[in-house]
Amino acid sequence: MAAADKVDPIHQFQIHPIVPIHIGGYDLSFTNSALFMVVTIAVASAFLYMSTASRSLIPGRLQSVSEMAYEFVGNMLRDAAGKQGMQFFPLVFSLFMFVLVANLIGLFPYFFTITSHIIVTFTLAALVIGTVIVYGFAKHGLGFLKLFVPHGVPGYLMPLVVAIEVISFVSRPVSLSVRLFANMLAGHITLKVFSGFVVTLSAFGAVGIAGSVLPLAMAVALTALELLVAFLQAYVFAVLTCMYLNDALHPSH
Amino acid sequence: MFVTSAFAQESAPAAAEGDTHAGTAVPAEEHGTFPPFNAETFPSQILWLVITFGLFYLFLKRVVMPRIGGIIDVRNDRITQDLDHAARLKGEADAAVAAYEQELAEAKTNANKIGQQASDAAKSEAESTRKKLEAELEKKLGDAEASIASIKAKAMKEVGTIAEDTTSAIVEALVGGKTDKAEISAAVKSATR
Repeated sequence: MAAADKVDPIHQFQIHPIVPIHIGGYDLSFTNSALFMVVTIAVASAFLYMSTASRSLIPGRLQSVSEMAYEFVGNMLRDAAGKQGMQFFPLVFSLFMFVLVANLIGLFPYFFTITSHIIVTFTLAALVIGTVIVYGFAKHGLGFLKLFVPHGVPGYLMPLVVAIEVISFVSRPVSLSVRLFANMLAGHITLKVFSGFVVTLSAFGAVGIAGSVLPLAMAVALTALELLVAFLQAYVFAVLTCMYLNDALHPSH
Repeated sequence: MFVTSAFAQESAPAAAEGDTHAGTAVPAEEHGTFPPFNAETFPSQILWLVITFGLFYLFLKRVVMPRIGGIIDVRNDRITQDLDHAARLKGEADAAVAAYEQELAEAKTNANKIGQQASDAAKSEAESTRKKLEAELEKKLGDAEASIASIKAKAMKEVGTIAEDTTSAIVEALVGGKTDKAEISAAVKSATR
């Protein structure tokens, strides 16, 4: 099963330490995952920084891309959470750029996809929900709990509705993180499986090579789809972040 | 998280096995837990994510976003400025046209007024000249009539004298002798009356 090991679709998600660091019984090694986090922020920062270096009044192509991303996220946040929500603009923009660039970098062969790990997406989701909870209580005090008590619900239904609202609030970080994680994971497994077909089929001589055209075409099509998914999931993550932040700003809906 | 903690328990033996091979070989892990659910890697990933994302957030907040926001603001300012400038120029042009038209209208009324005044002045002058001439003519006519009347009266008076002279001459020739002047004069007067 040596060949099967080579085309193992799970292998790409392995984390292995590059610089082992163990502190207080915890494994805090600088791993390939950490390396690609650094690559992600380096690429995103360098692109945003260098594309806007000339500060042209009439933007070039790269500057336009940076400005479009900036205004895209800005409008998204303003539409969802209003003018008050703009104080969270740096957070939402960082999240969007981080997830987007991480997803895009993950599409390169042999590159590690940090968003295909539930702990990464969950930490980002926890950051969002943590911000919502901390800001909500800081701004509205106990009034933030009105979030769970919608207006105009008859008294006898109230316990049920409040229970549903609480469950939906608690499930937010889970759904936010699992959606991104599962999309990236499934996409990369599928890509790897079809690419693996190409390799295994080619091992069966001329007929196999002829037959491997089909999975190859599939892999190309899937790559295009994954490109779309990379954008879409970053967008969805940012939009949901905006909507949750809107709850922190205006809890009584 | 609850899913992953369950997995973490299951994977405890595999993780222990991984520990024994730590740093030497990877294959032992490959047949272990599904990597994304391997809780062994969580602390490291969280730590490095917090570090990298924190740095990224600070960099965007402090450097990139003020810069892009500045670029966009400057551009918007420039556009509004240009629009304002254009609007101001248009206003100036409109004002100039309005001023021109007003001046034209004023000039027209002025011209009309001047024409009116000139024609009025000419009319009144003509009138006064006419009146003066008429008065002069009237006076001359009166003078002439007066002189005619005096001449006529003088002539009439002379007619009397001539008649007296003629009468006296006729009477002297017919009657002879001297005639009384006073008688003749009375006679003539009664005859001519």
